[in-house]
Parts: sequence; C-alpha cells; structure tokens
Amino acid sequence: MSAHGGAIGKAPASQRAKDTGFRLTMLACLGLSVGLLALLLYDVVKDGASHLTMDFLTSFGSISADKAGAEAAIWGTIWIMVVCAAFIVPVGVATAIYLEEYADHSRWWNRLIEVNIQNLASVPSIVYGILGLAFLVRGPLSLGPVVLAGGLCLGLLVLPVVIIASREAIRAVPPSIREGSLALGATQWQTIRRQVLPASIPGIATGVILALSRAIGETAPLIVIGAATVIAFNPEGLDSRFTALPIQIFDWISRASNDVNNYKPLAAAAILFLMILLLLMNSVAIWLRNRYEQKW
Amino acid sequence: MAEHVTEPEDKQREAAPAGGVGIPDQGARFSRDGETEAEPRRPREAIFQLEKVVVSYGPKPAVRDVTFDVGRNEITALIGPSGCGKSTLIRCLNRMNDLIPGARVEGRVLYHGEDLYAPNVDAVEVRKRIGMVFQKPNPFPKSIYDNIAFGPRVLGRKQNLDETVERALTQAALWDEVKDRLKTNAFGMSGGQQQRLCIARCLAVNPDVILMDEPCSALDPISTGKIEDLMMELKREYSIVIVTHNMQQAARVSDKTAFFTVELASDDDHRTGRVVEFDDTEKIFTNPADSRTEAYVTGKVG
Amino acid sequence: MEAGSTTAAGARAVPSLGAARRRYGEDVVKGILILATFLSILTTTGIVVALLVPTIEFFGDVGVWEFLSGSKWTPLFEPPSFGVLPLLVGTLLTTGIAMLVATPLGLGAAIYLSEYARPRVRKTIKPALEILAGVPTIVFGYFALTFFTPEILRGLFNADVNIFNVLAAGIVMGFMIVPTVASVAEDAMSAVPQSLREGAFGLGASKLSVSLRVVFPAALSGIVAAIVLGVSRAIGETMIVLIAAGQIASNSIDPREPHYSLASFIGATAKGDVPTGSTEYKTIFAVGMLLFVLTLVMNLISIRFVRKYRQVYE
Repeated sequence: MSAHGGAIGKAPASQRAKDTGFRLTMLACLGLSVGLLALLLYDVVKDGASHLTMDFLTSFGSISADKAGAEAAIWGTIWIMVVCAAFIVPVGVATAIYLEEYADHSRWWNRLIEVNIQNLASVPSIVYGILGLAFLVRGPLSLGPVVLAGGLCLGLLVLPVVIIASREAIRAVPPSIREGSLALGATQWQTIRRQVLPASIPGIATGVILALSRAIGETAPLIVIGAATVIAFNPEGLDSRFTALPIQIFDWISRASNDVNNYKPLAAAAILFLMILLLLMNSVAIWLRNRYEQKW
Repeated sequence: MAEHVTEPEDKQREAAPAGGVGIPDQGARFSRDGETEAEPRRPREAIFQLEKVVVSYGPKPAVRDVTFDVGRNEITALIGPSGCGKSTLIRCLNRMNDLIPGARVEGRVLYHGEDLYAPNVDAVEVRKRIGMVFQKPNPFPKSIYDNIAFGPRVLGRKQNLDETVERALTQAALWDEVKDRLKTNAFGMSGGQQQRLCIARCLAVNPDVILMDEPCSALDPISTGKIEDLMMELKREYSIVIVTHNMQQAARVSDKTAFFTVELASDDDHRTGRVVEFDDTEKIFTNPADSRTEAYVTGKVG
Repeated sequence: MEAGSTTAAGARAVPSLGAARRRYGEDVVKGILILATFLSILTTTGIVVALLVPTIEFFGDVGVWEFLSGSKWTPLFEPPSFGVLPLLVGTLLTTGIAMLVATPLGLGAAIYLSEYARPRVRKTIKPALEILAGVPTIVFGYFALTFFTPEILRGLFNADVNIFNVLAAGIVMGFMIVPTVASVAEDAMSAVPQSLREGAFGLGASKLSVSLRVVFPAALSGIVAAIVLGVSRAIGETMIVLIAAGQIASNSIDPREPHYSLASFIGATAKGDVPTGSTEYKTIFAVGMLLFVLTLVMNLISIRFVRKYRQVYE
C-alpha cells in the first residue's frame, strides 16, 4: 500500500540512462587516450616503415636524404645507455637499501632525503641538462660533450625511478624473512645480501629497465649538454663525442625538407626503431615481473 | 606477595622432575649436577635469569616486573591473555627487539650470568646461540637444503654441510619426508612441514636455547602434535622457551610456566603486561597461588 | 653441532657474547650506502648551484624586476630586452591547454579503471597506458608537427593555423600527461576503503553517485596531487613545445600562433652556438631557475597531497 510495498524492479529508465551514459563517458576518456596512442603509432609506421632498412641502420648521417642513416646515433645510444646502467644500478640500489633497511624514518634528514628524491623524479629533464652542462661537460669535471657525460647526465635524471622501484621491491620482502635470517645469527648485511636482495631482484630489474627506457628517449638534456647532431663515426670510448637516436630524430625533424631531400621519413624511421627498442625493453620488464616475482 | 617465586623454593621443586625426564646423556647430566653442588645457591642451572625486566616501546612499558629463571634442558612456557607482552618478552631474550625503533629493555636479563644488554654484547653473537622460531612459518624462498644451510653458511661453518643439513632435518623429524626433494622450493611444503623446517633451520646453527613464539598458532592439530612431540625430544639437548596461547599445550609440554596478566592503566587505555606467577607447570595448573592465575587456567577469564 | 649432543653441552659451557672483533665490514657497507644516498642530495644541491651562480651574474646585467615584469623578450636585438613574460605566457598557454585535455581524460580513465573495469580489463588497459607514458616526448613532438597540426587542426580550422602552434603542442602534451594523472588518481581512488562504497550502495546509491559523491571526494587529495603533478610535467616539457610550437617569444594568446615556453626557449638557445659567458648564455640559467622554482613548488604541493591521502587510508 505504501511506497515501500512496490515490487523490486529495475531502477527508473532515466536513472539507468544516466548511469550508462556516465559509464560510457568514462570509458571514452580511456578509449580516447589509448586511441591517440594507436593513431600515433599508425602515423609513425606510415611515414617511416618503408625507410627502416638495413641500409638505414648501417649508414652514417648525410646531407642527401637517400643516403642518410642512423648508425652513429644507434651506437651512441648504446654507449650512453651502458654508461647510464652502470651508474644507476649500484647507486640506485644502494640508496634504496639504505632508505629501506637502515634509515630511521623518524629522523628529519631521512625524511628530507625522501622528499628530495620524490621531487627529483619530477624535475624537468632540461634542468638535468643544465646540471650536466655546468658540472659534467664544463666546470669541475670538464669532460666535454662526450659519452661519459651523456650517460651520467641521463643517469642522474632517471636515478629516482630506480630508487623508487627498488625501494618498492625491497619493501615487498616480508619482515618475517629478515627476522628469520637475523635470528640465525646472520648480520644485517648478510641478511640483506643473501635474503632481501635476491628476493627483490626481479622488482629491481624491472625498475632498472623502466628507467633505461625513459633515458633512451630523452632529448632535451642531451641538447643542452651539447651532444653532436652531425657526426659520421661511432663512439670509441667514454671520451668520444657522440650523437644519439633522439638527437638524430630531432635534427631530422628540424631540418628544412624540400622535394629533393625529405628528412621527415628518416625521422619517422628512427622513431620507429626507437619504439621497437622500447617495446622490447618493456616486454622484458613485464616478462621478468611475471616470471620471477616472488609470491609471498 | 607470592608473585615471584624465590630461588630456594624453586630449587626444591625442581630437583626431582627435571633430572628425571628422559635425559639420555646421564653422564653429562650428573657432571652438571656435580657443578651445581659446588655452587649450592643454584642447583638448577639457569640459562636465563630475568630480574625486574621492563620492556617499553616508546614512553610506556609494554611489559614489566618480569622476574624468573629459565633452566637448562627445560621447557618454559609463557602464557596469558593476548596483549600481555609474552611475545614482547620472548623477543628480548635474543635481542630481536633491537630491530624495533624505540624499543627499550630495563632491568637485568642474564644469559649464563652475562648481561645480555651490556654494552660490549653483540646482538649477532647472541642470536647465534639463541635461536628463534616464529608464529608463522617463515621459510626463505629457497630450496629446503638452502634453508637449512643458510645459517651454517653465514656463520662460516661450511664443512660437512650435507651432514649438518641431514642431522638438523633428522632432529626435526623431517628428514624422511623431504630427503628426496631437498632441492625443491620450501614454499611447496605444508604449513606444519614449513614450521618443522624452521625448527630444523634453527637447530642447524647449534644453538643453546630455542625460543618459540606461538609456533603452532598457524597450524592444524596434527601438525601441532608433531611439533609438541618434537619439543619433548629437543629438550634433551636444548633449553626451550615457548610462548603459547594454548593452555593445554603449555600443560602438556612445559616444565615451568610463567603466567602473565595485562593491566589497564587507570588514566588512559595503555596496556601493560606483568608476570603474576611463575612456578612448576603442574603447580600452576593444579594449585596456583594467585587467584588471577586460577581464573585464567580454569577458563573463567581469558 | 660439531659432534652431537654430549660435547655440545661442553662447547656451550663458556659463552662470550661480545663480538670477537668489531664488524668493520658492516660499517663499511653502511658507509657506502650512505654515500650513495648522499648523491641525491648532492644532485639537488648541484642543480641549485648550477642555476644560481649564472643567474646571479645574469641579474648583474639585467634587473630582477625588468626580468620578471618585462613584456619583451628579445635577447638578440640591439638593444636586447629581457622581459620573461612572453615565455611565461607561452608556458601558461601550453600548460593550460594540456591540462584541459589531461584532467578530464585522466580522471575519467581513473574512475573507469578504479570503479568499473573488471580485473581482466584493468590488466590489459594499464600496460597500454604505461606504454603511452613511456613514449618519448620527441615522438609526441613529431606527431604534433607532422600529423596533428596538418591533418586535424588544419582540417578543423580550414588551414587558418600556423604550422607551428600552441594548440597542437598543448593538446598532444595533454595526451602525454593523461597516464600520469590517471595513475596517481587511480591509486588514490583504489585506496578508498571498500566499506565506504558498500555503505553507499547499501543506501541504494547508483554506481554513478557512488563514484562521484563518495569515491571522488574521498580521494580528493590524491586527485589534486595527480593534477598538480600533471601541471608540473606540462610546465617542464621541452621537446613537444620546441618542435610543434615554434620559436617565437610573443605576447599573443592566440593558440593558433607559434610560441616559446620557458623550457623550449632553453632548449632552442642551448642548441644554437651561444658564446659562453654572454648575457644571452646566462639567460639559459635565469630561465632555468624560474622553471625549476615553478616545478619545485608544484612537486612539493603534489607530494604533500599524496601524503595526506596515504595518511588517511593506509
């Protein structure tokens, strides 16, 4: 008899329409973002796929668009990535271990270090370029715009990524494992070295790969530290001048193209190559995470 | 008034039962008794002597007024309602509380007469001698073999590892069950097996005392029975301190029992545990001196 | 346990609990770890020093007030003028447009992922967003310049758009920032306890009102953090603006026109061969300082808001 007596049916049509509309709108937000990714990939493949040949990968730069290739840039990128990895793995993991296993978080300086790292993760990359220019290329170290300076500069840029990922991996190891180890008379470092680190290696490796895949596409800091744009040799050592894929891409994008020499497809081909590298790196990271992640 | 058992009473009650309970190496036992005679005030050899121990996290004590002795080749049970500080106390016997920021131990914790908290004492040395088994089985994510071998390896005792592993597993009554799969991951074992693995792991470093913090609370009755049998075996060679919330377990396995209560501070809701009574297990369960102990063991509160 | 039970008792007879020697190894390791950690402090210090010293020199040549309030940025003209407002206008325009895109899309995606998507859908969509987040910004720049402006904007505005324009840079940058906003916001929404949702559903609320009236307000500090972090990324983004928005320092607010931002000016100037020590060279650092301070403020606000929701729900 009262309003409470009605049968339990579906909600009013207007209510359901509103609900569905909202749901679809939210889905559209997601779809639009992923859609743009698809559009971007389509554009790059359309422009660059036909130019991505062995000749392209094994030729140096040239004024003539037909003959130009990305060999020097590819080797330059490999060199600076190796330097970058050699720098961020020990330093990043050591910092993560200190912050997770040793630091007393009630101390203000440790909290300051944490906020500092969080902030460093969001400092614009071009500012790291200025840092590299002032301290690595010129100033105290005066290395010049060489492989070592480029690798270290990108290393500083992505170090927070490694630290944050490694901390999460270390934190995921349950305290009971540490207690079990310490209770057997292992020292703190033995516990970290033989229990905590092995168990967190998959997470750390994933973080390192993600950091490198961020570093490999960074352009702005390399521009600021003065990486070469036109170079016709591969790096031979840490003190060699270098160019890198993003720099080469930027150079091709910025060049005035005409009917004789159209550099845009070269840029697209190099982008395509870079994206394939990134996809491979991400796949390895995902595979590592799924294959070796310890379930507690 | 009778909250803490005094030494002489202790001695008299202790002499008969502890000496009688299936000790195989009579020779060693007697020679030790000989030593005790030379030192008449301590007939029962004490591994731990706790005097007015207070453990605090931050400003307020978590457990206080702890005074009792732990004897060699005995099982000492710590019982009481939850929140009474049993686990807190057992963790200060091998300095595991060092790991918790702000944890503080006052009073005296003597181990073979040596102050466990003296400045020159090294917590790592302490833990080499005083093993610990935890509430939840915590095997390392490694093979069964590597779990057992971890302790000897970090302590630099790398000779005869195979033997050490086999002996530890045998002592923990696990050898027959796992001898064909020593290289498989310990996470594949059942909960009860994992806990016995943790006990074996602890035995492999040849400790003097084994601390067990509610070792059966995560296990089924059959696994619990196996671990209790194991404890009875192990006390021939080791001294054991066990925290348990299971009164029947304490009654079944232990020689001595310390009963803890929890007191609510009047001004706020801070809880502090304290030892009400320490005595022979039989006495605690049949004829306790304190009414609170009686109420607890007879199930009137708890 | 060298020889079983009988001798074991003897071996245990004299325990000495002092360490045989101080564990120097442990101290050395800890020292190394602290040194590594100190590098991150050193990095921040290095950034500040690298920016501050030339900036102070720059302000010896150009007045602070002239820099901050001047509306003409012509370092190469004679006489040069160093008013930073045009660069700020460009930064504001690109950032504003980017956030107009990234805020609704990012929050919508976050709501969908946190409130609607089944675990399996989430498992496939999240990696796609991560890939979008991992696309190098130079690729977005290429896309904005060679596809978005000519194919889409010129289609919409009948070719009445400069090939270098703020609009394309801003919109594409917005898409670049979507994953950042979505992931931080989704974290915050997922941290909202299930009991809050159940309470509202128990009162007969629809999913729509639970999402907007319960989850959204409960996750508000995380959502603010997500947006502020997005703003910080937009302000600092160099390559998209440099490639797609051209290299003109103007006061125009027409988004179809080219424009420098703070970051893209630094990139363009550093690329050219500017003589070291000249006032123009020092502009890199003065503008860099401004950029650093702006993003620092944003980052600290964002970190503060993330803390806030973590404290409430974790």
